[in-house]
Amino acid sequence: MKQLMKGNEAVGEGAVRAGCRLFFGYPITPQSELPHYLARRLPEVGGVFLQAESELAAINMVYGAASAGVRVMTSSSGPGISLMQEGISYLAGAELPAVIVNVGRGGPGLGNIAPAQSDYFQATKGGGHGDYRVTVLAPASVPEILSLMGEAFDLADRYRNPVMVLADGVLGQIMEPVDLGGDFPTASGPPKPWATDGNRGRARNVINSLYIVPQELEAHNLKLADKYTAIAQKETRWENYRTEDADLVVVAYGTSARIGKAAVNEARRRGIRAGLIRPITLWPFPALALQKAARRTAAFLVVEMSMGQMVEDVRGALCGVRPVHFYGRTGGMLPEAAEIVRRLILLQEGVANDAQGLWPVASSDQ
Amino acid sequence: MPKDFGRSPVLTSNPFHYCPGCSHGIVHRLVAEVLDELGIAGRTVGVASVGCSVFAYNYFEVDMVQAAHGRAPAVATGLKRALPGRVVFTYQGDGDLAAIGTGETIHAAARGENITVIFINNANFGMTGGQMAPTTVLGQVTTTTPQGRQAGPNGYPLKVCELLAPLEGVAYLSRVTVHKPGMVVKAKAAIRTAFETQLRGAGFSLVEVLAACPTNWGLAPADALHWLEENMLPVYPVGQFKMREAV
Repeated sequence: MKQLMKGNEAVGEGAVRAGCRLFFGYPITPQSELPHYLARRLPEVGGVFLQAESELAAINMVYGAASAGVRVMTSSSGPGISLMQEGISYLAGAELPAVIVNVGRGGPGLGNIAPAQSDYFQATKGGGHGDYRVTVLAPASVPEILSLMGEAFDLADRYRNPVMVLADGVLGQIMEPVDLGGDFPTASGPPKPWATDGNRGRARNVINSLYIVPQELEAHNLKLADKYTAIAQKETRWENYRTEDADLVVVAYGTSARIGKAAVNEARRRGIRAGLIRPITLWPFPALALQKAARRTAAFLVVEMSMGQMVEDVRGALCGVRPVHFYGRTGGMLPEAAEIVRRLILLQEGVANDAQGLWPVASSDQ
Repeated sequence: MPKDFGRSPVLTSNPFHYCPGCSHGIVHRLVAEVLDELGIAGRTVGVASVGCSVFAYNYFEVDMVQAAHGRAPAVATGLKRALPGRVVFTYQGDGDLAAIGTGETIHAAARGENITVIFINNANFGMTGGQMAPTTVLGQVTTTTPQGRQAGPNGYPLKVCELLAPLEGVAYLSRVTVHKPGMVVKAKAAIRTAFETQLRGAGFSLVEVLAACPTNWGLAPADALHWLEENMLPVYPVGQFKMREAV
């Protein structure tokens, strides 16, 4: 049976269904419904909800619980995720699985509480110190949030690496129908013989990210790099939407991708063969999907709720073989489908043939 | 001939890296002996912090987690909430616990988190080269207070036990010293009581251990013990601050 559910609540229910039984977090808008939901839900399944004194504490409580070998998560929004970066670096260095949810809001600084995608760099390029990567999943709907939360915990455990789920205020607040029927697995992930669970009868386990000897740290980082290569090879996910015959391809993720799809449909109604590629993993980035599309696509239009962050990865993937244009709204404003259509028309007419794709931002709103 | 004194089985065979005259070795041994005597080493997880004792994870023959600077009480909270049946302790210096980790310490205490904190107060940041710590006493020369700590520019020493004592979540609180053999015996008793407090499920327990740092104090080991007695004891009186019965 289907029921309406908010995105933030779906994050919580998806986590519970994935076997997550511990949540540590600190209040911040616009993710509040998630801790509210889990504060009710986790005790029902014998879990622990703990409101920490800060995001610093929350991510380190996650570090402790992950060390114990259980499925654990935290959530926040941009400013709080900034504070968690130290802990995320430690999770990656110590090879601990955990899930971190960012329901993104406007920045920089205190910014505002309106939806934004301006934490793409922070999520995908590592806001913390050191040679590490975090797998980043970007859902675009409430049902997808529900399924990607299970995916997030599986990926975290499979590779012993933190996974970030990057949403935004729209996805957190929107209500959509989801199917909560049927049984859900109650398994809490694979066995973790490395965990410091105080369950002896074996040699002691140590969770650590300190390698004081440079040769040892280099060897450790090379091992991590091999892991990241494996993630990139096996776990890159994206969605192709009407790209089979597309002359123009919109690249967008999350909420922007939903607006982008509406724009693609409208452009097609007007006779423009447009399509859309939606990265579902932001790291690893689906560069190959873009390279394949470039074989028949004349130009790309990247749409983001930022001043242009993912566009750098798109340009990096395409290495200049096709023009990459950009349309972004920032500060909590949303891209408009009509403006995307207008730009697709201009591209079709060859008007905007600037190789760099530099376009006045939000020119339609002057 | 029977051996009646040796390495605690709860210490690994790794040689300590600590300086001659440093108190860490003594306190490591006391913690190990208590875990052994209580028969809980096989179900204990320790949390090492950042500072000279960062390598504590090399020395305790129990599961160990190394935590970011100051965050050990939060890491221990995560461990304990995931493993309520296990014994969880942190081992932290004064830079770690009383400077960068003040927030985590106070809130773990206020929550009554059922963990044990072993807090080493040697009145300076040892690992990074003897800088002023919040616990540095007035007049004490450090590498960042070359004229001696002055209240005006540098503020006053932070007294952790006095700060935590009023918190309702704190079940056991004691300050001890290890600069004399008799004091070492008392320190061990306090550490044992702290772990027993956790085993009773009574709440947060902390033992502050006044410790010598001859290297950074610029003193010979024996002189460092005298310096501790003369300069630290008047500021940091030893004794039991709190003992709450089971709730």
